[in-house]
Amino acid sequence: MALVLNEEQQMLKESAQGFLSEHAPVAELRAQRDAGSDTGYSSTLWGQMVNMGWAAILVPEEYGGLAFGHVGMAQIVEQSGRTLTASPLLSTAILGVTAINLAGSEDQKTELLGAIAGGELTIALAVDEKIHHDPMQTAMSGEATDDGYVLNGEKRFVVDGSTADKLIVATRTSGSLGDMKGISLFLVDRTAPGVNVQRTQMLDGRNAAIITFKDVEVTADALLGQQDRGFRALSATLDAGNAHLAAELLGIAQESFDRTLQYMKERKQFGALIGSFQALQHRTAHWWSEIEMCKSVVLKVLQSLDEGDVKSPAFVSIAKAKLCEVAELSTNEAIQLHGGIGMTDEYEIGFFIKRARPAQMLFGDYNYHANRFALISGY
Amino acid sequence: MSDLEVFRQETREWLEENCPPSMRSPVIAGEGACWGGRNWIFESEDQQLWMERMGAKGWTAPDWPTEYGGGGLVKAEHKVLKEEMGRIRARSPLDSFGIWMIGPALLKFGSEELKQQHLPPIIRGEIRWCQGYSEPNAGSDLAGLQSKAVDMGDHFIANGQKVWTSYGDKADWMFCLLRTDPEAKKQSGISLMLFDMETPGVTPKPIKLISGSSPFCETFLDDVRVEKDQVVGDVNQGWTIAKYLLTHEREMIGGMGLTGAGSKTLGKIAAQTIGTTDGRLNDLFMRTDVARWEIDAAAFALTVERVTDEAKAGQGIGATSAMLKYYGTELNKRRFETLLKIGGSDDLIWEGDVSNNGWTARTLLRTKGNSIEGGTSEVQLNIIAKNILGLG
Repeated sequence: MALVLNEEQQMLKESAQGFLSEHAPVAELRAQRDAGSDTGYSSTLWGQMVNMGWAAILVPEEYGGLAFGHVGMAQIVEQSGRTLTASPLLSTAILGVTAINLAGSEDQKTELLGAIAGGELTIALAVDEKIHHDPMQTAMSGEATDDGYVLNGEKRFVVDGSTADKLIVATRTSGSLGDMKGISLFLVDRTAPGVNVQRTQMLDGRNAAIITFKDVEVTADALLGQQDRGFRALSATLDAGNAHLAAELLGIAQESFDRTLQYMKERKQFGALIGSFQALQHRTAHWWSEIEMCKSVVLKVLQSLDEGDVKSPAFVSIAKAKLCEVAELSTNEAIQLHGGIGMTDEYEIGFFIKRARPAQMLFGDYNYHANRFALISGY
Repeated sequence: MSDLEVFRQETREWLEENCPPSMRSPVIAGEGACWGGRNWIFESEDQQLWMERMGAKGWTAPDWPTEYGGGGLVKAEHKVLKEEMGRIRARSPLDSFGIWMIGPALLKFGSEELKQQHLPPIIRGEIRWCQGYSEPNAGSDLAGLQSKAVDMGDHFIANGQKVWTSYGDKADWMFCLLRTDPEAKKQSGISLMLFDMETPGVTPKPIKLISGSSPFCETFLDDVRVEKDQVVGDVNQGWTIAKYLLTHEREMIGGMGLTGAGSKTLGKIAAQTIGTTDGRLNDLFMRTDVARWEIDAAAFALTVERVTDEAKAGQGIGATSAMLKYYGTELNKRRFETLLKIGGSDDLIWEGDVSNNGWTARTLLRTKGNSIEGGTSEVQLNIIAKNILGLG
């Protein structure tokens, strides 16, 4: 498949650009933060996004969705990286939909996917237990009882965990740490007895949570997929999540670049525009070249997910690693080339590094994905 | 069956019949490449047969017009030919600056007479070309060149010195930038001229590089006669054509970041040389180097693919050759630094079988020139900053 957007994807990109820059610019994120918002995002905005069909993009048609694919969805995500728009799009419409669609029973899909598409249900994915992402090390226990399971353990870095209606929780129902087999996924109500949610506010101002599960009883139909065999769906869900995080980081990198380039054409020092200095021109040209690399790996991984390419896990790790590297470069160069004003809270450029770092770390940073890519490649 | 399917069928049959079995393996790092020309010594009968058969069919220049001996293939057919050649791993029948550089310039800017005279022998591999651009005092500042051609009425007389003439000692003809108006602004007084390397006064001398090989020459021009009809385009308009050719050259050199088909990945080489434990390379710092390089190389290969697809679809910004040249050559340099580390002390041995005559070390040294020739990395960054980013 040619590495270009088709006409419909291009149209969605433009409409997302128009909508988000008007209704959810960086100023909105600042407003949410300064108001001490309980949710970390605007419910009104999420309602508008649902009305435009954005929550339904990855949902298959038979469950009331649009089945427009990952390339399409990522056009919105990339734009929301440019505008730093906070919303449940990743947790609910990407991670939630992918996990339920891959692992869910017919009943679960009918009930839950329709509800997500209609904006009646939000989801959060609870995977990490330690300070570094490593899903095979899942230790939280799920013990079978006569009529269901009892869950015990703790999850952290659960994005949207303090607001989501339901949690998808990775637990170990058998085997030992490091085994792929023995991991099961459960759907748990955030407000179920024994679930204790502690909101953690991160530097990006959005919501996340540390969640403890103490003797949480769930019925057998809370199991998403087969017992002990949840890792495959979990892994594919994380792959989708990482591909879209790469798309978001691309938006962040591009917007940091564009704003800095503009600034270099306005700011004067020593009686000349700083953009006329060759030392800065070369840094900027190198930076631009790196972003060009990023556009290619992001589009490739999204296409490979839509095509069900067996090589997509490798493309996921290539894309996430490359975007972690270049988002770091971009947000750092943006501040350095802006100089002192880039350090002020009043100026918006500093918001980009604050969103980039959590997006880089979520579901594996550069090191995690370089390691995973090497393992996939046989070294 | 569609026309294209018929073409594929016929192409497959023709290649099956005409491509000698020994020509069905990739050329790696130049070993086994065929450059043609009056002085070429074929390394085998098969190599000669393959070049001549493909040349006669025009498939050494598949998309050039048939009236000059080219293949006359449209894009889709050209793609089919590439795919069918790839299917049997057929190597390129002819490597040629004629096909890559002066040919496209003649097609775009040359007179009908020049096309008739020069294109057919290029296609058949009979004449090998070299490029006379750089001078001792005109490297990155190419438009500052001083070698000149003086109008003598019915011919020009050229004097001066060129440098970095690729294979100047093996080539038959030169396309050469010469100053024809010393009074004009430096870009406006240059012409592109063609002459036979056997013309009296033309003296190429090989330059030995740090790698030990001599792919380049310095070429002295002493009262060299150039015929009036051998000027490409108009007199004093050579700079426009030169820039067009430099873009071509950048694209060619930028392609070096792509590891050719048939080469092993760095990861495979490292795993075989250093060994693995539980699926991980035994040297963990090396493993990081290799993974970093392979991720960047994958991103670069996909970018070459993307900008090509965008150009076909009429999207994108164009003018990406400076970026590809910059990134690809820097990547190729890193590749060989990593390869040498993997190869260890054996690969430091300059001659002998243990190191295949110092292949890794010599190639590493040669790659240092990749980010200099065809415009340095710094010149590429200037081009990006000025032409694409609008920084003045």
